[in-house]
Amino acid sequence: MSEPVRIGFYVCHCGTNIAAMVDVEAVAKYAAKLPGVAVSRGYKYMCSDPGQELIQQDIKEHKLNRIVVAACSPLLHERTFRTATMKGGLSPFFFQMVNIREHDAWVHTDGAEATQKALALVRAAIRRVPFHKPLEIKKVPINPAVLVVGGGIAGIHAALTLADGGQKVTLVEREATIGGHMAKFDKTFPTLDCAACILTPKMSAVGAHPNITMWTYSEVVKVEGYVGNYTVTIKRKPRYIVEDLCTGCGECVEACVYREPRFADDFNEGLGKRKPVFMPFPQAVPPIFIIDSGTCRVWTHGHCKEPCVKACGDRKAIDFSQKEEFKEIQVGTVIVATGFKIFDAKRMPYYGYGLYPNVYNALEVERLVNASGPTGGEIVMRNGKRPKTVGIVHCIGSRDENNNKWCSRVCCLYSLKLAHLIKEHTHAEVYNFYIDMRTPGKSMEEFYNRIAGEGVHLVRGKVADVFPDPSDPEGNRLLLQAEDTLLGRVLKFPVDMLVLAVGIEPQADAQDVRRMLNMSCGTEGFFLERHPKLAPVSTFTDGVFLAGCCQGPKDIPDTVAQAGAAAAEAYSLICRGHIEQEPNTAYIREEDCSGCKSCIPLCPYTAIAFVESTKKAIINEALCKGCGTCVASCPSGSIVQNLFEDEEIYSEIEGILANE
Amino acid sequence: MSKPKVAFYWCASCGGCEEAIVDLAEDILGVVEAVDIIFWPCAMDFKKKDVEAMPDKSIVATFLNGAIRTSEQEEMAHLLRRKSQYLIAYGACSAMGGIPGLANQFRLEDILQFAYHAGPSMANEAGTRPQVSSTDAGHALRLPQLREVVRSLDQVVDVDYYIPGCPPTPKLTKAAVGALLEGKLPPKGTVLSPDVALCDECPRKASKPTDLGFVEFKRPHQAIIDQEKCILAQGFICMGPATRGGCEAVCVQGNMPCSGCFGPTSRVKDQGAKFLSSVASNVGPREEGAIDQVLAGIPDPVGTFYRYGLAKSLLRRKVPKPG
Amino acid sequence: MNDKPWEPRIVAFFCNWCTYTAADLAGVSRMKYAANVRTIRLMCSGRVDPQFIMDAFAKGADGVLIGGCHPGDCHYGEGNYKMLRRFQLLQRMLGDLGIEPERLRLEWISAAEGDKVKSVINDMVEKVKALGPFDLPGQFQSWDREMMTEAEALAHAGHQEAK
Repeated sequence: MSEPVRIGFYVCHCGTNIAAMVDVEAVAKYAAKLPGVAVSRGYKYMCSDPGQELIQQDIKEHKLNRIVVAACSPLLHERTFRTATMKGGLSPFFFQMVNIREHDAWVHTDGAEATQKALALVRAAIRRVPFHKPLEIKKVPINPAVLVVGGGIAGIHAALTLADGGQKVTLVEREATIGGHMAKFDKTFPTLDCAACILTPKMSAVGAHPNITMWTYSEVVKVEGYVGNYTVTIKRKPRYIVEDLCTGCGECVEACVYREPRFADDFNEGLGKRKPVFMPFPQAVPPIFIIDSGTCRVWTHGHCKEPCVKACGDRKAIDFSQKEEFKEIQVGTVIVATGFKIFDAKRMPYYGYGLYPNVYNALEVERLVNASGPTGGEIVMRNGKRPKTVGIVHCIGSRDENNNKWCSRVCCLYSLKLAHLIKEHTHAEVYNFYIDMRTPGKSMEEFYNRIAGEGVHLVRGKVADVFPDPSDPEGNRLLLQAEDTLLGRVLKFPVDMLVLAVGIEPQADAQDVRRMLNMSCGTEGFFLERHPKLAPVSTFTDGVFLAGCCQGPKDIPDTVAQAGAAAAEAYSLICRGHIEQEPNTAYIREEDCSGCKSCIPLCPYTAIAFVESTKKAIINEALCKGCGTCVASCPSGSIVQNLFEDEEIYSEIEGILANE
Repeated sequence: MSKPKVAFYWCASCGGCEEAIVDLAEDILGVVEAVDIIFWPCAMDFKKKDVEAMPDKSIVATFLNGAIRTSEQEEMAHLLRRKSQYLIAYGACSAMGGIPGLANQFRLEDILQFAYHAGPSMANEAGTRPQVSSTDAGHALRLPQLREVVRSLDQVVDVDYYIPGCPPTPKLTKAAVGALLEGKLPPKGTVLSPDVALCDECPRKASKPTDLGFVEFKRPHQAIIDQEKCILAQGFICMGPATRGGCEAVCVQGNMPCSGCFGPTSRVKDQGAKFLSSVASNVGPREEGAIDQVLAGIPDPVGTFYRYGLAKSLLRRKVPKPG
Repeated sequence: MNDKPWEPRIVAFFCNWCTYTAADLAGVSRMKYAANVRTIRLMCSGRVDPQFIMDAFAKGADGVLIGGCHPGDCHYGEGNYKMLRRFQLLQRMLGDLGIEPERLRLEWISAAEGDKVKSVINDMVEKVKALGPFDLPGQFQSWDREMMTEAEALAHAGHQEAK
């Protein structure tokens, strides 16, 4: 510091948010007397235009060379004030912010204590800011290629939006076909249009799009790098069918040694059967087959006559020697659309799922009512019969202290829909058991009223127990015991079929996925957005965006909206072409380094290397993320972290504890 | 032209620093020729009143070794400060408190209890203890008072330079004296030794791996130390990475780990804390129990990391319980 | 001096991505907790140098609180593990130096756990209050009173040997 420090100090009233608890006038008066402070003011709203202009004016008029603002959290407005500082002609890094709102005025109840705390924090900042250096903002270029992880409706919509705009997108989907959960639904609320009808055109568009590289039956296994420059490793699992050669004719299935389908069919939730060679569903994209090594005789028995190969003939599309392949791609941004899984109803054993054959979960019923499902759209139960009375229980696994605390948002609506479809297909008496009827959204209330008007019985009460009806000689009927809270009576409802409206949960491997992408999860396990209101599709990791139920339960309209938002944010980065990185990287002072090598194993980004020619360590600035771990560990104090230098932190400690 | 006046004094020390001066061997003659040693209780017969009689700042440099533990040592420190142009803290004890500084882990009363009463080989039925004033054969006797806290020289008086080491090496001493005589002194407060950690000049540096992850720690008496490889990499605590160089790694060349006697670099406030940070960060396991198992190989962190520097550490001593 | 009862002063080092954000969340949610903690923001708990902790005590802190991401969740991968390893040894060593374990605390607080910020701070303040002030600067002052001043030393130096 060759020239004397002249600090401009500003304390924001934030209307009454700060001023009601912290004595802002006292703070301004106090700061005025601290060493180095040339100007000390209070102002109602520092983040406003006049507030920011005040800083710029003062810099010029009073020849200030440092700025300190005591206001809200730096996570909110550090950038605002750094910009103001810069507009005033100073390096934006000659600025320090003091949090006297989120960490002080809003969380304490005694004005004197809150003011004392504010003074301590102000002292700390005023002692720190003279040590700030005029750092340079690094610009990192953004690779325009985008990775979309997950090929459900969210991933599909995001990919199409970007691809239509001219961007190159790689879409990776774990299953053998894109489409996600939506492909399994029959009709969707509130319009009752057919899910497949609205989804399949989009699926085909993805499959045919020149700008989309679609890799199904593939998984992302490693993500390295940083925003604008991600290197992603993708594992392509073997289908044993050559994608480019298969025409989807189906003769391999005809020819298979298994005359009849024998194995549980995942797409139909285990209710249907398939052969080892199969297409996930008729409108699958890509429209090609897959051989499951878990059930094909080539693996289970070690050999097979392979009539499928013969049937394929000249096309030669079957290849049993396929191995898993690892591919590496470079992208600038990632959109995570990995979806959800449904709550496993076996966790609530008193509902009898898995115990009684006529208890189903909602997804299984979607397949039953679907014309392309295992029963051709007829609601035929496992015992071969059609139900005359059906019970649908809402909130299975949701809104439950013992299972998932949250509301899964879609279950009341889909339960009403299923009630309608079941009635339509079977004319059965349908009873919906609910705690509250939650039908928010456009046209949803109207949908509820329509279903209620169709003769569906709506019972307000939780089903407490399910057991076989002793009066049924064949032992099929179940009794549902529930309190109708509007009547105030405990009743027993005999039903032929019980449908459980299972809730939405994070995928089983959500924790692994989020670690791989360096994201956080909220307490429920869904991926954490950067801000619940103002940044619902971005994450704390620059360049990684979220879309769909992986971020939290939502219906199809909201999922598509969110996918569009994620695509827009990714596109915004791409248009800008670069991102500005916070210059908080570390560097090693060569003349101070002893080459003790203690720092090298500490960096998870392998940013530190040992240079043989100088026998000292060096940090690659491009790889350094600025955590500061090496700085704290260096036993001779030879590493410095920009923005968080030792001197700067010691001065804060000193300022906090000084007894002035 | 009169030769520059130089003094040597010892406080709470072992005599090793006086040895170090003598260890200049033939070079000592060069020293003796070039300077006028006017005070050196160990080797010459000058008295305190000789020093008292000197004009202020008439001694060009006083090399004072040993920590400050008694009232007499404080007095001499102040006196020599007055009389000297440059007061140089010579050796680890005056620079940082040294080995005597480890007494700061105990209360003075506990030390006296052990030394004069409870020690296993003690035979002191009369319960005699050193007294500040007493009589013996009709004569009044005064002894210096022991202080509660062991201090480095600069915690008592203003110090100009530090020559680190336990003891400082002949090379370092010669360089310092030379610089003094030539008037080529660095800024006040400088430690007269390279400001880089010992690893820089350690002959075993090349054998230290870049992916060290500790799975156990051993102490030198528990296993044989391989003569060729980096001692820290073998699991023995070597303070080298956190200690200034300048000693040419004599201990390591003697196949013993560095114990930190040259103190930290100028960029470090607390040598023990910094070394703890480095060595703990590089421990292999991630889970608390497993981490503790590895760290159990360091049973005495205070004695190990603050062997010489406890008096100058940020906490200075074991904080006594109130009352 | 004021005659208000003594209140502990606790210096906290919070990592930007998890604990600092959680403290902001506590603020936005208007949770109320004790006013004794003053926070220093760092990017990662791995940046916390044990020297900072000891310096805080040496300058007058009665307690030091470190907040980082849960193990496995560090925004930078592993910084919090390094902090944990340092902490395990540091707490033992500071115990050997007379600092009660309740005065130094390491907590894992994720960005969504605003309520944990509140409960940890309230709990720590209560525990440190029960221990009483640490006041190392005050202790330094009282220890150093045993030294003689320069004037005393020089006067004594001129003193003749006792007969």
